[in-house]
Amino acid sequence: MPRIVSITLQNTDAARPIIEAITEDNPGAVVHSFPGIVKIDREGSLTVHRASVESRIGRDWDPQELHLSIVSMAGNVDEDDDYFGLAWAH
Amino acid sequence: MTMVAKAKLGLKQRYALLTRGLDWEPSYQSKSAVYPYAEFEGIKIHDWSKWEDPFRLTMDAYWKYQAEKERKLYAVLDSFAQNNGQMGLSDVRYINAIKLFLTGVSPLEYQAHRGFAHVGRHIPGVGPRVAAQMQSLDELRHVQTQIHTLSHYNKFFDGFHEWQHMHDRVWYLSVPKSFFDDARTAGPFEYFIAIGFAFEYVLTNLLFVPFMSGAAYNGDLATVTFGFSAQSDESRHMTLGIEVIKFLLEQDPDNLPIVQKWVDKWFWRGHRVLGLVAMMMDYMLPKKIMSWREAWDIYFTEAGGSLFEDLARYGLKVPKYADVATAEADHLSHQNWSTFYQYTQAAAFHTWLPTPQEMDWLSEKYPTTFDKHYRPRYEMWAEMEKEGKRFYNNALPQLCTVCQIPMVYTEPGDPGTIAFRTSQHKGETYHCCSDGCKDIFDGEPEKYSQSWLPVHQIFQGNCGGASVEDVLKWYRMNLGADNLDQAGSPDQKLWNEWMAARQRVAG
Amino acid sequence: MTIDIKTIKVEPRRQTFGHIARRLGADKAASRYEEATLDVQATANFHYKPLWGADHWHYDEGRTAIRMADWYALRDPRQFYYATYNIARANQYQATEHNFEFVEKRGLLGLLDPAWRGTVEFYLLPMRHVEWGANMNAATMCDQGYGTAVTAPCIFSAGDRLAMAQIIGRIGLALDGNSGASLDTAKQRWMTAPEWQGLRRLVEDTLVVKDWFELFVAQNLAIDGVLHALVYGRFDAEGQRQGGTGVSMLTEFMTEWFAEHARWVDSVIRTAAAECPENKALLSGWFAAWSARAAEAAAPLAARVLGGEAAKGAVAEALGTLQARAKTLGLAA
Repeated sequence: MPRIVSITLQNTDAARPIIEAITEDNPGAVVHSFPGIVKIDREGSLTVHRASVESRIGRDWDPQELHLSIVSMAGNVDEDDDYFGLAWAH
Repeated sequence: MTMVAKAKLGLKQRYALLTRGLDWEPSYQSKSAVYPYAEFEGIKIHDWSKWEDPFRLTMDAYWKYQAEKERKLYAVLDSFAQNNGQMGLSDVRYINAIKLFLTGVSPLEYQAHRGFAHVGRHIPGVGPRVAAQMQSLDELRHVQTQIHTLSHYNKFFDGFHEWQHMHDRVWYLSVPKSFFDDARTAGPFEYFIAIGFAFEYVLTNLLFVPFMSGAAYNGDLATVTFGFSAQSDESRHMTLGIEVIKFLLEQDPDNLPIVQKWVDKWFWRGHRVLGLVAMMMDYMLPKKIMSWREAWDIYFTEAGGSLFEDLARYGLKVPKYADVATAEADHLSHQNWSTFYQYTQAAAFHTWLPTPQEMDWLSEKYPTTFDKHYRPRYEMWAEMEKEGKRFYNNALPQLCTVCQIPMVYTEPGDPGTIAFRTSQHKGETYHCCSDGCKDIFDGEPEKYSQSWLPVHQIFQGNCGGASVEDVLKWYRMNLGADNLDQAGSPDQKLWNEWMAARQRVAG
Repeated sequence: MTIDIKTIKVEPRRQTFGHIARRLGADKAASRYEEATLDVQATANFHYKPLWGADHWHYDEGRTAIRMADWYALRDPRQFYYATYNIARANQYQATEHNFEFVEKRGLLGLLDPAWRGTVEFYLLPMRHVEWGANMNAATMCDQGYGTAVTAPCIFSAGDRLAMAQIIGRIGLALDGNSGASLDTAKQRWMTAPEWQGLRRLVEDTLVVKDWFELFVAQNLAIDGVLHALVYGRFDAEGQRQGGTGVSMLTEFMTEWFAEHARWVDSVIRTAAAECPENKALLSGWFAAWSARAAEAAAPLAARVLGGEAAKGAVAEALGTLQARAKTLGLAA
């Protein structure tokens, strides 16, 4: 069975650039839209890069700001200054 | 004098310095006196410093993000109330789902708050303790924001007004209540696995993600706002849950059988409680978002599948009876809704029969079961309603000793036969609804033989009297308003008046 | 199609929940604090006795010797519920953050007299462990306490204590250039320095107190009363003459917090003491024992910071002020 990691974000103005950054930076990511939310799935791993979000919003962005938009996720979390990652161990 | 040159600190290092260093080995008191509950469950921890913090929120960051969430949430709640947002709902039937939410789910958030305060004090590792305390705060947030959101609905609709009193007494609410009492009375490690892992990680997505998306779809801006805002905390909780289980399994191989037993138990306990949500999604949302079956496939089969594959490296197996639960997903919501329809006189929300269009939707979503087993029943009841003989079940049902649900579930693979299991303990016979519940009883008969079973209590005269009416009054149910069918209810009447007025205004 | 909702009559059928209306004496609009707090905890028909202590239910009035006819009499004068608590603290911390930036930009910690800098490291940095003990105690009170009115502010208090421990940690990092060495030294002192051992013994002894209301008095009234007056009062004042303005700015949060915290603590203790003579006797006894112990335990640290004679006066003054406060709460002197 494919091991899907997943992140679900609210469909809000604050989350949209994050969703864009994820889809751009994680080839093969599949986006599902539901009322109010967007669920992004990818096999194996998925990373949100600070720089990628910052380039979209034109200001400093701390990966911990994800706490404001996240709805759900699946995978092991790795959080640091410059990225937020989800992965299943191999 | 000049200051020392300042080194740059990464998030992980900074968090470790500010938080992990706070603890110390006590020497004036023994460690076992300071952490008296850390050992009786048999869990072996050799080195707490190996704990990996999943999120690294210092308290100031916690306040900052949580305050921002709360400002946004309460702005929505205020505006919803000022603009009578309840009038924008898809249909008044929807409100019954959130009555069940306030009476059945919100009190669990409170229990979670106190439970995480308990483990946030008693787990002897600083990392998980801080995370548990933040979760305790979050869970208090959830119950309080839910009360505030649903307070507005309480002003107009029945069934909300005695949520606190009812949660401690009403027959079907003892299902979620006993679930959480079970976790609260377990040791700190079991609680962590029960709520942090089995419930939060494996199961609550099923409650909060598709159901809340359904709230959005049905025009309930207030509920969807608290729902998704709460979920933003849940992601932290889920991560904590998965770290706890990995940590216990990494610390000592002897922990595996204990943890496996808890995972099996709490998966099944959670599955039974979530049957209420199955019914909310398939029957109570006027505009459907996805079926329970579809939600189960996404959030348990697919997400849970990846998770348990990941945990297989520690020897942990998929919960026992996961296959039974997956098969039951085709029956669960139908069997539950049928039960509430029959006992509508004793429930603090309204019921109805699915419309022909809704039955077609159910046929499409449940091609192997709905037309064969459930449609005929609904059609017969519709016939009886038409003849003025609406069917009520006036016999008090037998309850499962463990999950406390009436014995209505059928044998695996045989939807025509009700499942019964029995166990003996100290010369008494105890009844269970399934192999899953019987295993749980047999694992801890001392515990489950204590269950406060609502039907037993009624027969023993502890619930206000001998007649159904006496019992309902003891529940503080307003008869003829909180209970019975949606059609003819004061809720429906009010809604019809609003809609008629709206028609007039729109010209 | 536009709809003018104003022209439709939308009359509430009730104002609040049944349990709130019964407390207010009528169905009238209730505050968010009231709806989020009153009667929220379950009180009846529990299913199982805890595996971790079958002598009580998990919510049980019997976990303290204090008796209350109504546990919801112990309300929080600040009327905190989660949102108001968090928003208040986020705002307060913004000021703290500002102060850290200011102190750093102006190099204010560099103005500390070198000897006093060593003293600050000695008395202030190990306080993070005292706060951590206080955090554990606050969690115990939330865990074992009865009724949301008193238990909810306890978990808020746990959050506050963690934040203050972390502020002290940040001061250490500001002093040692982010190496963490000052925090290691502080822990060493907490574990072994003779001036700290009385306090560590005191804190460890509170961690095993069985009666949560006794713990409330020991921690929130006695220990906080003595230590805050000394550390953020007298010690800080001493620092003013030795370039300590930066330190005062960075501990401003604690000063502000203590005044607010005391309002809640006083209200809870005053109400419980007024309930019955038995409560008053218990609370008075606990206060007398724990405040005496706190003063005794703090004396060696005060002597190290202020010098022998001044320390004696400072400790006696802190204890005297606290005793006067306890008297206003209805406790026997």
